[in-house]
Amino acid sequence: MSIVVKNLRHVYGEGTPYESVALDDVSLEIADGEFVSIIGHTGSGKSTLVQHLNGILKPKSGEVLVGGVNIAAKGVNLPEVRRKIGLLFQYPEYQLFEETLYKDIAFGPTNLGLSADAVDSRVREAMALTGLDFDALSERSPFELSGGQKRKAAIAGVLAMGPEALVLDEPTAGLDPRSHRDILAMIRRIREERGITIILISHNMGDVAEVSDRVYVMDGGRIAFFGTPAQVFANKARLKQSGLGLPPTLELAELLRAGGADIEGDPLTLDEAVELIDAYLERRGA
Amino acid sequence: MGKDIIVLDALTYEYRKEDEEQPVKALDGVSLSVAEGSFTAVLGKNGSGKSTLAKNINALLLPSGGAVYVDGFNTADEAHVWEIRQRAGMVFQNPDNQLVSAIVEDDVAFGPENLGVATEEIKLRIERSLKSVGMYEFRKKGPHMLSGGQKQRVAIAGVIAMRPKCVIFDEPTAMLDPKGREEVMDVIRMLHGEGVTIVLITHFMEEAVHADRVVILDDGRVALDGTPEEVFLEMEAIREMALDAPLVVELADRLRRRGWDVPPVIKMEEMVEYLCR
Repeated sequence: MSIVVKNLRHVYGEGTPYESVALDDVSLEIADGEFVSIIGHTGSGKSTLVQHLNGILKPKSGEVLVGGVNIAAKGVNLPEVRRKIGLLFQYPEYQLFEETLYKDIAFGPTNLGLSADAVDSRVREAMALTGLDFDALSERSPFELSGGQKRKAAIAGVLAMGPEALVLDEPTAGLDPRSHRDILAMIRRIREERGITIILISHNMGDVAEVSDRVYVMDGGRIAFFGTPAQVFANKARLKQSGLGLPPTLELAELLRAGGADIEGDPLTLDEAVELIDAYLERRGA
Repeated sequence: MGKDIIVLDALTYEYRKEDEEQPVKALDGVSLSVAEGSFTAVLGKNGSGKSTLAKNINALLLPSGGAVYVDGFNTADEAHVWEIRQRAGMVFQNPDNQLVSAIVEDDVAFGPENLGVATEEIKLRIERSLKSVGMYEFRKKGPHMLSGGQKQRVAIAGVIAMRPKCVIFDEPTAMLDPKGREEVMDVIRMLHGEGVTIVLITHFMEEAVHADRVVILDDGRVALDGTPEEVFLEMEAIREMALDAPLVVELADRLRRRGWDVPPVIKMEEMVEYLCR
């Protein structure tokens, strides 16, 4: 599902003394099946932007095109847009509500009017894709699950709707390191197996560098700049200006270069950092 | 380092889940002493008992077994609950749940007012604590106008205004952006520098390397306890407990496997020093 945003503007509290421009002339283009991350400090407009993608917020001006269709146009079926674009808010586990995990995940597809069999296969598939053991967990209360499992359960509920794009707002916040890795691996698996578009909002520069095809940087309600992770993270000065930092491996490489080590390249992952430092040590030894 | 300001003596905390006969032990016989002026990081996976431990330190929860002493006061002794909370302040994860007033300086005044501190003294304390977290210029603003990191710094100012000997931070940076995290960590390090005892609960290994002691909880028990150097070199055990080693420890391990003789390092600066020497 392609997503195109053109000259989007949004103002909170328009006409009141608290009026503030949350989005100002934001444009972006996300291709079908692309993995795009949006980074920016708190209040830079990330969450406001993604709430426009499935019509929760309406543009003051500008357009949002989902699969080529302007979602604010007359006659557009908004529930259908919301089914196509699955939006996961921060701490989505607070939205779990059913008695059992099965019922919670089945809630959406049931409301789509699917048959019991079709709902059942959707629940099973969503649980498999998110790494939740059907036999062990489907009849458990969602509230008894661990933090990481709850988060996966909320994502499974959205996947069961059969979305063509998934928007995840800080999906790893507050999780321990293993649950964090699990969720990240799960997102990649969803993308590989379903081939759907993924939009990730994250404060974790290491994650963003590792998983994204492209990165948009937001600042003060605008798109400050964008590009591949390598392009974006090469622009240290602009990142700093936008209140952001570097992925830790790149930060280390910068410190090493400042200390006189000739590290050749910008490592975005631990694997790359190991290669570059190994190569440097070989050169130094020789 | 001085005497022990926090003493957990075989602390057990149980709670009962709905529909279940057996109580769950969130903490199971934890004995731990925290020296005055020290900086202890507490790590552990979700559900390991970290937050329960924090809440037991300032009497938000009371032990099911064993005892907790704060500056000599037993937390089970109701008569001393305010002395305990004044001495051991707490900062939580979500800044929005901690700010109670419509104006920053009123929020900071809330704690000392409840302690019965005189008005003139309160004014002084507001000024000092807001200045020390770099938020004095925002004193007349509403908390809703602030960023996450700024709100968290105001919450910390509110705690500092109580003149605590010890501050327990329960994942204070989990909801913040990179800049907010840095701001809050700077304030924590500053407080430690001023002699305040710090207990920092976190999921970020990079924050824990700045502590002088790291305690890892697992299933309600102390699994590892030592200096960051000692604890983070136990990589296998750390992974088994669903945690990570700091990036530098991981990197050093991978380089060693390639035959490089990397010394035990845990901080970025140490790695840089080794590689650039």
